[in-house]
Amino acid sequence: MADYATAVSAGATGRRTSLVRRPSGRSRFEGAIKALLFAAAAVSILTTIAIVISLLSETIAFFGDVPIGDYLFGTKWTPQFAGDQQSFGVLPLIWGTLYLTGIGLLVAIPVGILSGIYLAEFAPRRVRKVVKPLLELLAGVPTIVFGYFALTFFTPEVLRGALGLGVNQFNALSAGIILGVLVVPTIATLVEDAMAAVPQSLREGSAGLGANRVQTAVRVVFPAALSGIVAALVLGASRAIGETVIILIAGGQTANLSLNPTESYQSMAAFIAATARGDIPTGSIEYETIFVVGMTLFVFTLVLNMISIRLVRRYRQVYE
Amino acid sequence: MRKKLLMTLAVSGALAFGVVACGNDDESGNGAAASDGGGELRGTIAIDGSSTVAPFAEAAAELFNEENPGVKVTVGTSGTGGGFEKFCAAETDISDASRPIKDDEEAPLCKKAGVSYTEVQVANDGIAIATNKELAVDCLTTDQLKQVWNKGSKVGSLADVKGDLPDTELSLYGPGTDSGTFDFFTDEINGEEGVSREDYEASEDDNQLVTGVSGDEGGFGYFGFSYYEAAADKLNLVGVDSGDGNCVKPSVETIQGGSYKPLSRPLFMYPSAKAMQRPEVKAFMAFVVGQAPQIAEAAKIVPLTGEQTSLAKDELAKAESGT
Amino acid sequence: MTGAQIAARASRSVIPRAAGRDRAFAGFFRALMLGAVGISILALGTLLFDVARDGVPKLSVDFVGSFPSRIIPSNSGIESAIYGTLWLMVVCAVIVVPLGIATAVYLEEYADRTKWWNRMVEVNIQNLAAVPSVVYGILGLAFIVRGPLSLGRTVLAGGITLALLVLPVVIIVAREAIRSVPSSIREAALALGATQWQTIWKQVLPGSIAGIATGVILALSRAIGETAPLLVIGAAVSPRFNPDGLGSAFTALPIQIFAWTQDKDREFVDLAAAAILVMMLALLLMNSVAIFLRNRYEQKW
Repeated sequence: MADYATAVSAGATGRRTSLVRRPSGRSRFEGAIKALLFAAAAVSILTTIAIVISLLSETIAFFGDVPIGDYLFGTKWTPQFAGDQQSFGVLPLIWGTLYLTGIGLLVAIPVGILSGIYLAEFAPRRVRKVVKPLLELLAGVPTIVFGYFALTFFTPEVLRGALGLGVNQFNALSAGIILGVLVVPTIATLVEDAMAAVPQSLREGSAGLGANRVQTAVRVVFPAALSGIVAALVLGASRAIGETVIILIAGGQTANLSLNPTESYQSMAAFIAATARGDIPTGSIEYETIFVVGMTLFVFTLVLNMISIRLVRRYRQVYE
Repeated sequence: MRKKLLMTLAVSGALAFGVVACGNDDESGNGAAASDGGGELRGTIAIDGSSTVAPFAEAAAELFNEENPGVKVTVGTSGTGGGFEKFCAAETDISDASRPIKDDEEAPLCKKAGVSYTEVQVANDGIAIATNKELAVDCLTTDQLKQVWNKGSKVGSLADVKGDLPDTELSLYGPGTDSGTFDFFTDEINGEEGVSREDYEASEDDNQLVTGVSGDEGGFGYFGFSYYEAAADKLNLVGVDSGDGNCVKPSVETIQGGSYKPLSRPLFMYPSAKAMQRPEVKAFMAFVVGQAPQIAEAAKIVPLTGEQTSLAKDELAKAESGT
Repeated sequence: MTGAQIAARASRSVIPRAAGRDRAFAGFFRALMLGAVGISILALGTLLFDVARDGVPKLSVDFVGSFPSRIIPSNSGIESAIYGTLWLMVVCAVIVVPLGIATAVYLEEYADRTKWWNRMVEVNIQNLAAVPSVVYGILGLAFIVRGPLSLGRTVLAGGITLALLVLPVVIIVAREAIRSVPSSIREAALALGATQWQTIWKQVLPGSIAGIATGVILALSRAIGETAPLLVIGAAVSPRFNPDGLGSAFTALPIQIFAWTQDKDREFVDLAAAAILVMMLALLLMNSVAIFLRNRYEQKW
């Protein structure tokens, strides 16, 4: 085809030109740009691959030494001991994570949802101008500050002092409640977004039927925004599950499988940070435990994240 | 307007860069009366190991920096065992240890990797048995300690061990298994190194243990004496009776004199031969040994006796001459 | 009046007013909401009060200009921590700004969303944003400090790890900023004969730079406060020197705070509070700059 075109043009103009455009310098440049940008985007893929590879290879090495059944179903986590006292049952760590997250959500869900509803439906503009930045401020406080607060103030002066509870120095109640405070802004802002996305016509219809504002908010807008709200809760839970420092400082370092909130517990993330510290020699079984627990944590948050993405997609569809 | 924005961003970025790049020229240490003497020494010294010895190493580094601000010393606290693992992998220059290197496990590892070292005693230490201030107990025998801490122990309160002791439920705190303190304690009290009950709050960081014991009503733990001293007003010190009827509490005198038994022990630093070939490491170790008692005082650790100091100097001299 | 108010007024003339019980519940619910908001504000206030109470007495110029001291705790300062944090920020920014913007430009301007690999990139970024920071620490330890890159426990390794941590956030924010540029601008440029890249470089990017800058600053302020990843890759504790190059050992404000919070000496715990105040001040500054940029330079299309 190119030859025919060349021949025709040669016949017409007496010169050899081509009717078929060859890539000019400009479009080669454009092509290079696109390739470069795609390479940048690929970095994110490489990151995920790197995370999965690094977790997976040591996890596999770990299961070469420890049977997977012992790990998943064992109830004693004492990797640091030697000989027959050494046990790699991860259930206490998973339980610690869920227990602390549970306490946190017990605080964060009501406070977060109610705050979100208030901001979306009820707050007068002046109040909103103050409250919203305060919530953003709370959201921006680094977790280490929460940890400090839990250890040096909340446990001694609130739990023991004001409430007179006989809690351990490192206990689940303190770590859990502060964890909840950490997650409140996340839930509140997402709930507010979800409720604000509900079309005004629903509110008008409800008012038209005689409902007062609270009834409208609670019985009409809230259920309409439910997928988004549940997504907010799932995201909040995911954040709490992955949180490390608060639990590391205030929750203690004992892998615990009981139900007593005054005792110390350890979560998966806290175990990783307590054990790792850049020190551990490569190849030891301790080194491998970091990765195995890291893999477990990664899977947890991945699943939760996929659930919340599905929920968000569903609630967007309803209104678009 | 956009140009102004880009300019602002560029300038602030450059400023940040500049601060960072130029900021290191001012060595603003504490009380630095830097004399010209050893001022030209430069380099990095990596120290890691026991968290009991760490305050000593940190104090030594600080005092050493007054004369030699160009030498950067990092002190890690992976525990005596963890420290030796890295030392024998040639990742650190000096290993801190609250017990001698193990002949059966660690020394061969070092030998295999070609890492030779010198054992230098730098201070003394005792393991303090401490309880919460509310948990008043004055003296425990080594047998009673074994009852509480041995593998499989179900002791829930001190009353289980001796009827007239308080029956508050115990909150146990102790070092993790990488710790030389753990090795030493289990060896002396439980009879075999590494054998211990498991249901206690373990931490490589003695600070956490102190916080825990001083915070919980039934707090009961063991850690280095210097860590007790720093928090003495928050803790109750328990005397130890090694079987001869004498209840001895740890103190500088009883530890140095040896009457605090069996929980007195020496603290070591192990410089590797390879590291000792570097002038900054050599100078540092010479400083450590020469000033060991002063450093120990500054770090609130039990210092060497005069006799131990001269022994240490001999060891170091041997190392420097290559024997 | 809003549509809802009009409807409400209309309804009241036709339908009987809410019964007393409904009003009681409404009152109760309002109280609950105010209580919830109150709890959040109370928590924030108590936290700031506690930190200030413990930390303000320790603040001084010396505090910012000294190194941590074991011998005389009251002489301790956060100079090494501040410099460490600054170094980490610079390395992080140098990596994250071009990578983040480039990825965002690709996804918004070039990527064909029907192609499966482009959709995968999008979903992947959303997932990465939700991965706990401690897992990034593990990634750093396995791949950057040791493993393929083997950079050791250095500033460069720390900076790269933090960059990977905040990269998804920067990408998401940059995408939104780019998306907010109306397509009419792009179409006009293309109609005038500009190539795609010329359009992006001369019209889209300048138009979205305020939003991108805001997002980058917010992402960096998040990176400043991260403790867990730096703990895992092995930041030094209480070093008495500032980093002198990319290959130097380092510490950072959150790490120093973490170490001091747990010290047996109450003196160090109070120093931790003072360091927290310095860190929060820095964060407040950065956030104010971000908000200022957004308000002043935001394009209203």
